[in-house]
Amino acid sequence: MAKNDSETGDFESTLKQHARELVSSLESGNFGEAVHLIHQLDQARDLHVYREVGKLTRELHNAIVGLQIDSPGEHGKELSQISDATDRLSYVVQMTEKAANRTMDLVEESAPLVNYISYESQSLMVDWQRFMRREMSADEFRELAKRIETYLSRGLQDSDQLSKNLNEILLAQDFQDLTGQVIKRVTQLITTVESDLLKLMLMASKVDRYAGIRHEPVTPEETPAKQKKSSQGEGPQIHADKREDVVSNQDDVDDLLSSLGF
Amino acid sequence: MKILIVDDFSTMRRIIKNLLRDLGFTNTAEADDGTTALPMLQSGNFDFLVTDWNMPGMTGIDLLRAVRADDRLKQLPVLMVTAEAKRDQIIEAAQAGVNGYVVKPFTAQVLKEKIDKIFERVNG
Repeated sequence: MAKNDSETGDFESTLKQHARELVSSLESGNFGEAVHLIHQLDQARDLHVYREVGKLTRELHNAIVGLQIDSPGEHGKELSQISDATDRLSYVVQMTEKAANRTMDLVEESAPLVNYISYESQSLMVDWQRFMRREMSADEFRELAKRIETYLSRGLQDSDQLSKNLNEILLAQDFQDLTGQVIKRVTQLITTVESDLLKLMLMASKVDRYAGIRHEPVTPEETPAKQKKSSQGEGPQIHADKREDVVSNQDDVDDLLSSLGF
Repeated sequence: MKILIVDDFSTMRRIIKNLLRDLGFTNTAEADDGTTALPMLQSGNFDFLVTDWNMPGMTGIDLLRAVRADDRLKQLPVLMVTAEAKRDQIIEAAQAGVNGYVVKPFTAQVLKEKIDKIFERVNG
């Protein structure tokens, strides 16, 4: 960079020097000399632009290689980092979906066991209270004793199953570790890509400066990404509590709707 | 009571389906976006629609507008269950004629409250 700056300085001092000489030769009426100086200025600029463009082309090439966004076909079977990241994120989606389904399977499997315990406890309780109030015949009591025995043995078996299911639900959360690692790597890649793109932008601005190109400033509203229709939706809001235009919870939604007469 | 659940994520559809079953609503059907949901609503005698907002194909807000524009469906109660949390969006949904709005993540209690409230109003 330092070398680059000194070259730019050389070019600028040549420019200043020649400009001064140009003015003085024009003032003294020496037009031949003036034309010669203009020609020299032109050559100096051309030479500088060629040298800079050559250098920038090399840097641009290096930056693109760094980004690894070229098609996988060119370098055999190896995936570019971007398509690798895409694959990794799809893996996260798969893992989280699998874990959610596994958890729901186990919950659905456990629900009937809990229902049985709840239903049968209620029913036995009623009969047990009748027995305690001595409102039960001996035959009825023998029937109740049998039901209690069934209930106890099934209770043992079901509680075993329930604790297994709870453990499996716990284990189904192991995706968090794996998906966390994947997401961290993708985040790192995005940061690298961002800084490489920034370098590219700086290079492009240098080319503009040497070639004397000017751009109309683009206001953020004009970029197509911002013109997204609100009906498309935006997905979850990450910093809801720090934003005025976003609700942070259901109470906020209810307040807003009731203020609208809901 | 026949309910259509519209969400592009099958896990979310399953969660809502389970919560509805706990509330005593066992007759449910599922669709993964507005484009598949609309013909189902038009031919299926549904009594209630629960929809997400952000979906590929036809979004929930567009589905809501299509329902309100359809003479046979315009009275159908619609509950939006969505991660969309901008004030403007909630106002937009209210203006489009939504009957209830639940932001994700939500609890079983909130879902029950909103459904009860909608039926109180519909039946009252």
